[in-house]
Amino acid sequence: MNVHLRWRKFVSGFMLTMTGVCAGISVSVLFLILGYLVVRGGASINWAFFTRLPAPVGEVGGGMANSIVGSGKLLLLATLIGVPIGFLGAIYLAEFSGHRMAFIVRYSADLLNGVPSIVIGVFAYGVAVLPFKQFSTFAGGFALGLMMIPITLRSTEEFLRSVPNSLREGAMALGASKWKTIATVIVPAAYRGILTAVLLAFARVAGETAPLIFTALGNTFWSPGWAQPTASLPVTIYNYALSPYEDWHRQAWAGGLVLLSLILVVNIVARGILARGISVSRS
Amino acid sequence: MATTSTSLPGAGSRSFLLRLREGDEIARLFTFLFAATVVLISILLVLELWHGSILPRHKFGLAFFRTTTWDPIEGQFGALPFIYGTLITAAVALLIAVPLGIGAAIFLAELAPARVSDTLEFFIDLLAAVPSVIYGILGVFIVVPLMRQFIEPALKSTLGFLPLFQGPAYGVGFLTAGIVLAIMVIPYIISVSREVLLSVPRDQREAALSLGATRWESTWRVVVPFARTGIFGSIFLALARSLGETMAVAMVIGNDPKISASLFAPGYSIAAVIANELAEATSELHTQSLIELGLVLFLLTFILNGLARILIVVTSQRGAGTARA
Repeated sequence: MNVHLRWRKFVSGFMLTMTGVCAGISVSVLFLILGYLVVRGGASINWAFFTRLPAPVGEVGGGMANSIVGSGKLLLLATLIGVPIGFLGAIYLAEFSGHRMAFIVRYSADLLNGVPSIVIGVFAYGVAVLPFKQFSTFAGGFALGLMMIPITLRSTEEFLRSVPNSLREGAMALGASKWKTIATVIVPAAYRGILTAVLLAFARVAGETAPLIFTALGNTFWSPGWAQPTASLPVTIYNYALSPYEDWHRQAWAGGLVLLSLILVVNIVARGILARGISVSRS
Repeated sequence: MATTSTSLPGAGSRSFLLRLREGDEIARLFTFLFAATVVLISILLVLELWHGSILPRHKFGLAFFRTTTWDPIEGQFGALPFIYGTLITAAVALLIAVPLGIGAAIFLAELAPARVSDTLEFFIDLLAAVPSVIYGILGVFIVVPLMRQFIEPALKSTLGFLPLFQGPAYGVGFLTAGIVLAIMVIPYIISVSREVLLSVPRDQREAALSLGATRWESTWRVVVPFARTGIFGSIFLALARSLGETMAVAMVIGNDPKISASLFAPGYSIAAVIANELAEATSELHTQSLIELGLVLFLLTFILNGLARILIVVTSQRGAGTARA
């Protein structure tokens, strides 16, 4: 065995080990960090966190009940805005559209998807806050809804397109009109995929903070309606983490754990639905 | 269609068919409205950013991008420190994340047993879904103290002769923001790169190995070049994400609009200043200057996404060419 060959084998072994080291570093850093969040958050969480309003500044105790409800309201609005536009737009793209219109819509959706969330927030601020001179739950939900549109639209379109053409032809051969085919055959065939798309879009915006800071703002009390500023979990976590109070830091960890658990559970459920959906549609 | 339906015999069946056709037309129009809404929103987005930033564009012109004073009280707005901070933190993030991420992707795609690889991929996908405010609190409470006490002093004593690693170790600053960003974007790079590496045909590897290449040579000279399109895609995705990232950066960069050669120094980024000041901006000029910064960020990511597409088309054509040759 000559020196050159031995060198090449050494390089091969060395570099492959290095890739293993890279994987080890990446994965362990990520795990350490999240493990730390679970430990700190788990130690900080208590019943008051879910049921109480924030304590006055500097006092120990209180919870994030208003932020949790606020996040729920924001996400409800976001879903009501993002899902219909994304879903029906995707039906148009997959079933009705010509090439040129499809290109324009897809390009717009990709553009929206690539826009940083803070810029979506600036847009919502300009459209839904400035004209009314009022930070509101509605403006925050609007910003999050905008972010849900492109994710829902693009994945829904993909799942609609993956429905075999034979199903469309079969339905129409039986005399169904196009919209009836869509409503009774194509959408039901793709519904697992569509549900996954909606859940992933939901999970994506559930943790968004940047677009809420200057739309929904924040609130230390219950938000009475939809036209007033509201607290939300991500923004409260952000404010508490940067505050100088030890007890607020504790609650930021607890809030982080709650938020992360919600998002990971939705993600896992979505993936579970999709995994089953694929095996069904292929059979 | 219209002529066929009118030529059909029987008035009853004709009106029936027409009604069906009308139903389709209504469905078509109805869904079209929603699809058009998406286009409308993106047009409105651009218009809003453009019209919302008229004042500073007229008052400062291009000086907005060249001056470094950001003084809301005096009404002086120069964006250079924010642009600098955004670019530097993204560069640091990529310098760390790209080698680690691609190395890890190679390991997962080429070496790790399928079950290990798939399990880790599942966790990595979940990590990509972790919201940025979570990375932010981890950055504030873990990375910043670590940087201040250990990493920055260590870098200073070993590489302190470089201007990059001089000055007091605050803990917050460009380097810390870059590291937190790197942690955030690594899952993206691993996930996309692993997928494209796995999609490289098996015979490419076998051909290289049968010609006497070592396992590494087959990976590095054959598999990776074959997959470079997607790998570039993952890097651009990571870059766009780092440029636009707000919360994690705002929490650890120090929020001080200064340009410093040292990576230890506190700085500011475009997204962070918008997040911190837009809700409290008092003057019209201040608000509009922040919206102009939003426009800058929008254009940066827009151009980047465009470049990524062009680059991917070019590299994929070249990749296909060499693969055939």
